[in-house]
Amino acid sequence: MLSINQVQDEIIEDFAQFDDWMDKYALLIDLGNGLEPINDQYKVPQNIIEGCQSRVWLTAELDGEGKITYKAESDAILVKGIVALLLRVFSGRTPDEILNADLYFVEKIGLREHLSPTRSNGLLAMIKQIKLYALAYKSKMG
Amino acid sequence: MKLNSQIIQNIRADFPILEEKIYGKPLIYFDNGATTQKPLCVLEKIEYAYKHLNANIHRGVHYLSQKATEAHEEARSTIAGFLGATKREEIIFTRGTTEAINLIAFSFGEAFCQEGDEIIVSVMEHHSNIVPWQMLCERKKMQLRVVPMHENGELQIDAFRKLLNEKTKLVSVTHVSNVLGTVNPVDEMIRISHEMNVPVLIDGAQAVPHIPVNVQEMDADFYVFSGHKIYGPTGIGVLYGKEKWLNALPPYQGGGEMIEKVSFEKTTYNVLPFKFEAGTPDYIGSTALAEALRYINNIGLENIAAYEHELTAYATEQLSTIDGIRFIGTAAEKSAVISFLVGSIHPYDIGMLLDKLGIAVRTGHHCAQPLMDSLDIPGTVRASFSFYNTKEEIDVFVAALKRVVGMLS
Repeated sequence: MLSINQVQDEIIEDFAQFDDWMDKYALLIDLGNGLEPINDQYKVPQNIIEGCQSRVWLTAELDGEGKITYKAESDAILVKGIVALLLRVFSGRTPDEILNADLYFVEKIGLREHLSPTRSNGLLAMIKQIKLYALAYKSKMG
Repeated sequence: MKLNSQIIQNIRADFPILEEKIYGKPLIYFDNGATTQKPLCVLEKIEYAYKHLNANIHRGVHYLSQKATEAHEEARSTIAGFLGATKREEIIFTRGTTEAINLIAFSFGEAFCQEGDEIIVSVMEHHSNIVPWQMLCERKKMQLRVVPMHENGELQIDAFRKLLNEKTKLVSVTHVSNVLGTVNPVDEMIRISHEMNVPVLIDGAQAVPHIPVNVQEMDADFYVFSGHKIYGPTGIGVLYGKEKWLNALPPYQGGGEMIEKVSFEKTTYNVLPFKFEAGTPDYIGSTALAEALRYINNIGLENIAAYEHELTAYATEQLSTIDGIRFIGTAAEKSAVISFLVGSIHPYDIGMLLDKLGIAVRTGHHCAQPLMDSLDIPGTVRASFSFYNTKEEIDVFVAALKRVVGMLS
């Protein structure tokens, strides 16, 4: 399995082939459409990360090998595209890997504005929640 | 004077920001409901005032202070004239619409409200005309009552009549909805309220930039608006209040300017308008706001209203050619605002992609979550126009929207 940074570098390369904003966003829309929908039973208030503009649902599960599987979705397709990328980076990792990760790909592919606190689409809070789950599972594992 | 395309081109030359390129594309600014751009005369006024008129006002004996005071007080007179107020003392400077409403919610609440009393707002209010009243209701154990609306975005006036009762202390409604564009029948609502001796506050933030307003003809007890939404600077706003009401209300904030005499035993307050203007006023902002109002008056609000109506009708017609478009707010009387949704596409996605094409619209709940809940939608895409916008811009916008919708469908 590739490391977190290797995956991030892969994503940066995927986006580097496009100069035009609309092409980058077309790719993001494809990624969003390709994201496996979260089961309706998980679309409950405690899994919602409420943004001012859009919302994100996030769940986490620890498997037998001590790795966390995240599932997430959003009601906005562009947010869903970024969610798909975040899952590609973080899902299936150990709590330590997640907690020590330095997230740089969003900025590098020019989508930083989606993470600005004023944009408040739930993404910034989602990243925080991903780390909080990792922290919770780490302490649980002792 | 009809605003023809030559006049509009001349007007556009007054707004330097309209020359900006966004991601390499010409800016199309359709977010005028959030804030308007500033004409050169306003920008130059600010610079001039800081270069030639800057001294703290009212109590200075020196030349510059006198000059600055004159400019500030002249601005008050200009605003009184603009709103058709009886007296210049009825114009109170605030930081904006929000502060003006908070001022009345506090001071009126202190003077006239008790446990069990009621305040009436409408379902289409901006949060700024909801939360201050909720805070008052919490403080005094009162009830907030809400006027519902018809599906097309017009208020239910019959329901409003029924809500008014002997416990009603004040009605606070918006003149023009920031989401739906509905121009509410405020004259009628004021008349109905006055039959019950209930005073009315009108939130004019979305009205004054677009339609002529006369507070005396309307008979509003309080009328509030923001400078930045009417081509003036940010941080300055206006509260108009009938003299009899303002005299009856206690001050909102304490400090300099608002006092007559201060001692540790007892402080007495200044007369109107200063009683409500604690601290150094934004005398540069007031002067620049007055300049903006003069600019508007030169073009003429009747002309502005006619041109913006034409623009809005054209945009509505062009947008109607998009499959799956749904307009939110179709009142008979509408201002230069179009809110819409396309199919099941999220407003955020449309807004983000339009931005990349140089087009600034607003998306989301527009600070009117109760309205969104009542319509059962997460938000809308909102295009709001100004007289400096053109049909050509609308054509570019509609073509861009078609492209974006194609990508997102």
